[in-house]
This record gives sequence, structure tokens and C-alpha cells, in this order.
Amino acid sequence: MIIFWVLVLAGAGVPLLAFLGSGRRGARLFLLLNFLVLIACVVMSVQVATQGIIRAGGDEFRVDAFSLLLALVNSTVGFSIAWFSHSYFLKEVQHHGLSAGQQKLYHSMFQLFLFTMLLAVLTNNMGILWVALEGATLSSVLLVSLMRKPQGLEAAWKYFILCGVGLAMALLGTVLLYFAAEPALGAGSDALLWSQLHAHSAALNSGVLTIAFIFVLVGFGTKVGLAPLHSWLPDAHAAGPSSASAALSALLLNVALYAILRFKSLLSGPVAGPFAAHLLMGFGLLTLLLAAFSMFRQQDVKRLFAYSSMEHMALITFAFGLGGPLAVFAGMLHMLGHSLAKSSVFFATGQASQEAGTQDISALNGLLHSRPVLGWSVLLSVLAILGMPPGSLFFSEILILASAVQQSWQSVPFLLVGVGTVFAAIYPRLQSMLLAPANSLPNRQSGVGGLLPVFFQISLVVILGVAIPGQIELWLHDVAGIVQ
Amino acid sequence: MIMHSILAHSAIISPVLRILAAWMLVLSFALLAQRRLLSLIRLLAWQGVTLAVGTALVAQLTGDPILWVSAVLTLSIKGILMPYVLHYLLRRLQVRGDVEMTLNVPSTQLLGILLVVFAFSIAAPLDGYLPAATHGMLGIALAAFLLSFLMMITRRKAISQIVGFLAMDNALFFAATSATLGMPLIVELGIALDTLIGLVVIGVFFFQIRDTFDSLDLHYLEHIREDK
Repeated sequence: MIIFWVLVLAGAGVPLLAFLGSGRRGARLFLLLNFLVLIACVVMSVQVATQGIIRAGGDEFRVDAFSLLLALVNSTVGFSIAWFSHSYFLKEVQHHGLSAGQQKLYHSMFQLFLFTMLLAVLTNNMGILWVALEGATLSSVLLVSLMRKPQGLEAAWKYFILCGVGLAMALLGTVLLYFAAEPALGAGSDALLWSQLHAHSAALNSGVLTIAFIFVLVGFGTKVGLAPLHSWLPDAHAAGPSSASAALSALLLNVALYAILRFKSLLSGPVAGPFAAHLLMGFGLLTLLLAAFSMFRQQDVKRLFAYSSMEHMALITFAFGLGGPLAVFAGMLHMLGHSLAKSSVFFATGQASQEAGTQDISALNGLLHSRPVLGWSVLLSVLAILGMPPGSLFFSEILILASAVQQSWQSVPFLLVGVGTVFAAIYPRLQSMLLAPANSLPNRQSGVGGLLPVFFQISLVVILGVAIPGQIELWLHDVAGIVQ
Repeated sequence: MIMHSILAHSAIISPVLRILAAWMLVLSFALLAQRRLLSLIRLLAWQGVTLAVGTALVAQLTGDPILWVSAVLTLSIKGILMPYVLHYLLRRLQVRGDVEMTLNVPSTQLLGILLVVFAFSIAAPLDGYLPAATHGMLGIALAAFLLSFLMMITRRKAISQIVGFLAMDNALFFAATSATLGMPLIVELGIALDTLIGLVVIGVFFFQIRDTFDSLDLHYLEHIREDK
């Protein structure tokens, strides 16, 4: 029942915001809706904690530890985005002169995006999972192109075409999955239910399944930002409003990886299982190195952190590829930490570049002196994303490294080089942003209220790092049983 | 059960399905060769109709009512609505003239032939798992998919890229109906809904591009540099 409430609350917002989503009222409504969704998700997690796996609509919706953790992080970050967007977007409206229609478009498309992200993790049907991810792409394309700057349109077009091709491949993979499942499970929608497929995974044809997995990996991998089809990601992050960049990094990339992992868990054979795992590890390492070395050239602050999202998703993909209880625990913890920290980075740097009127790193100087609260939020969130203790990303990176040493020592040098390079690329920029003599900023300063989510989320990251609640730790352990 | 009824009817229906499959491939090659935007849209509509007929045939073959729903959906969305919307956009945005290509027609056609060979070599091992009636279909679907992809990457105008994209979708649908005899209804409905949202997005987006650049030619959209 509670599953329906989550989806209805999130989904009903779309038409509501399409009519009422302009001006201050629209921003407030957006915030209220996502607050309600967050509450519903918390209630849902209490139910899962007490009753175990919950279902709805026959077997169409199903919430286990893996989907619950992602639903929780989606709704938490969704609420933070709505909070941040309240002040940020109204400023953007002033600067760019957005019409009421465009404001409604922004709010309703954003709500549609958040709805599809929840639908994707709550459904049990692999076909609906695809439908939700396609819906997420379509709704976020218009967010990226919202400002109608040439750069935004170009990025949105690239995003639309590349991810469209990716999703087409993933659909082909889903069709092949159905094809493999039909002999074992019979025709009809049962044959695409993950729980059914997982229960009968030994009976599925592993040859067809392997080919299906390759298509799904390349297809959804495009959305995760795995090389070589990643080039939409930095463009889309840099061009859209910062609230949209935060949503792409914190929600979309995770959910796309979630889809790949649900597929992977169906490949159980002695040949197919390790093959899929090696593919994940290989794509992970390749993306990690590519993202790390691309960072040095970046002048745009949002592009820089978009590459950092690629790097973190690559680490997580690698961890899930390694497999084993420890690596999966670490990968999942890293997923949660990255979502919370990276969206904070985009809130902080987004407000900084809005005030400065530019996303050029060399123009964003001396924030710590001229704008202390903003400076501190940039500092804390970037330190968290660099994996500094006591944030949870420090611990999850150490755990990933430790399990790599145990299970696949050959990959350790690549991991160390990748993570080290990222640090070397980001840290000097952070120093110049915070400490270099301040340029005279244009007089566009906004209040600090929009930055509250940064402090809220960074404290969550620290809590996950040093005093992780027992129930969450239990769920993190459960994930290992689900994805293997 | 479905497999049995196919084997019973396959003697009559499978030759027709094969002809439709071949027709699908011919249409994909025609898309690759066509320079005029209007004709591209017409070819896309023909693909949609072919798909709908194919789905209806499979529905007749299996007696599955869900497939009839799917055939009607395919005809109305892919055969009628989509070409109509594209045509409307073409008129409203006053896009004229020929399609700019990055490669000339003969070389794209030659590349296309190579892609077909490649597609069949990938799909051949999978044929073993298919009922005899649908042997070779997956290869054709994959070939049509790759040809549409080739068309998309060799065109310059936004509308012709979208046509390539939609043709790719058609090829996938063809794979779904011919190889697996359709997807579950709820998934079909979801995909149809996504297509509708997609059409709206494409429409809004085209107007945004036109208003910003006064053109739908995509070479205006090639200015993001890594280090800018």
C-alpha cells in the first residue's frame, strides 16, 4: 500500500506542476510534494525494516533492501534538490528571463524525472524498469536545454541522441531477456518479473542471457557514463541548471547502474557469471582512468565535477564487478555516499557560479573570505567527494581497495593511479576557489538558505562514515545476497 | 503452447512474415539512400505500417488478444501519428530542401551491406533457440537496427537524425514481435507512453533549436570544446 502512496504522491505532482508550477508558488509546491514523498519513503523503510520484503499490485512492485536504499537516497536528494531549487531557480528566472511556461516546464519535468527514478527502483518488472529509464531521459533532456543557450541545446541534443541509442540497445537486451525467459516461465508479464527470473535463473538459457547482458551493459552503461559512450555526461551536467546537474549525478547514474546490476544477478552460470563480472570490472577501470586524466584540462567547474561523477560511478561499477560480500557492501555504501556528497557539490558550486555569473574556475576565487558560508559548503562537500575522512566515501574507497587487493591484485595499481590523479586534479582547484585573492564578484549574492541541504547531506555522509545506523548496515549486507 | 500453434500455422504464415521481413530491410536501405526529407518521413510511415501488419499476422498466428492491441497501437502511433507529427513540424518550421550527408550515397550503401553481413553473423547462433517459422528474423531486425544507426550518424539535419532514431525503434519492435512474439501488455503500454512523451519532447526541442539558431541544421551544434 505504502508503495502506491510513494508513486502516487510523486506522480500526481507532474500534472499539478504543469498547471501551477510557475513563480514562488510553483517552487513551494515542488518542495512540499517532495517533502511528502520523502516522508512516504521513510514510512516505507520502517515497513521494510519490520516486515522484510514488501510487495504491491500482485508482484508488479517489490521492495527489497537494494531498491529500498536507492528509493531512500532518491527521495532524500529529491527533497534537498527541491529545497535548493526554491531559491536557486527563482534567481535563474530573473537572470535569464524565463517565461511562466518555461517555469512550469521546469517544475513538471523535474517532478516527472523524480517520479521515474522512484518507479524504476520500486518496480519488479524489468520491462517497466526500461520504461522508467526512458522516461527519465526524455524528461531530463528539456531540463538541460531549458536556458536555450546554444551550448545547452547542443548538450541536450547530444544527450538525447546518445542516450536514445543506448536505451534502444537496452530495450533489445530486455527483449532478449524475455525471449530467454519465455520457455521457462511462460508468456505474459510474469516472465519479466525480476523475482520470478531470479528464482528460475538456472533454467534460463545462458547463451541468450549473455548476449542480452552485453546489450544491456552497453545500453544502460551509456546512462551510467561508462566509457566509451560517456561524452554526453560532462556536456549535459555543465549546460543544465545546477539543480538538474545534481539530479543527474545523484539519481540517474545510480539507477542506471541499478538496472545493470539487476540484470547481472540473473547470470548465474559458471561461464556467464564471471564473464559479466569481468566486463563490469573492465569498463569500470577504463572509465576510471579516462575520467581521471580528463580532469586536468577542465576549466568549467561543473564539467570538472561531472568527470568526478564518472570516476565515482566507475569505482562503484568496479566494486560490483569484483563481487563478494565485502566489495558489494563497499560499492553500495559508495553509491549512497556519492549521491549525497555529489549533489551537495553541485548545490554549492552551482550557487557560486550563479553569483559569479560564470562557471569558469579561474573566475571563482576567494570564496572563503568573501562568502564564508558558501566557501565552507564548497570546502566540505568537495572534501567529502575527494574521499577525506570522516566521510563515508573514505571508508568505502578503502574497502573497495582492500577487496581488490584480495580478489584481483592486478587492478590495484590502476585504482591507485586513478584515485590519486583525481585528487591531484581537484585539490589545487579547490584551493584557488577558496583561498586565492577574490575577484570582484558582480552584485548578485543570494541568501544562504539554499545551502542548508549541503550541510544536511554532508552530515549524513559523516554519519554513514563513522556511526552507521545498524539497520542501514543490515540492508547494505543484504544487497550482496541480491546482486549475486 | 504458443510455440506449438506456430508450428501448426507456420506453413501458411511464415512465408508472408518472411516477405514482410525482407520488405523491412528494403525500407531500411531506402532510408539510407533517400535525400529528401518528405520522402524520408513517408518511408518511416511505411515501416510503421509494415510493423503493424507483421504484428497482426503474429496475432492471427498465436490467437493472442494482447498482440492485436499491440498491432493497433503500432499502426496508430508508428504508422499514423508519428509521421504526421514530423510532417507538421516540417511544415511549421519550414525546413526545405535536401538532406546534407556526411558520406555520399554509394559508400553508405556499401557500408550498409557490410553491416547486414555482420548482423547476420551475430544473429546466426541465436536462431537455434527460435521456432523454425522465425529463423533469420532476428538477423534482419538487427540489420535494420544497424542500418538505421548508420543513417542517423551520416545525416546533418535534426529531423533526419530523428527519423533514423525512430527507424531504429521500429527495428527493435520488429525484433520483439518476430523473435519473442511480442512483449507483455504492460510493457507495450509503457513503451507507447514513452513514445508519446518523446514526440512532445522532440517537438518542443525543435522549436527551441529553430528559435536559437534560425535553422535545424546541426552543424551549428558543434561548438562545445573540452577546454572551453
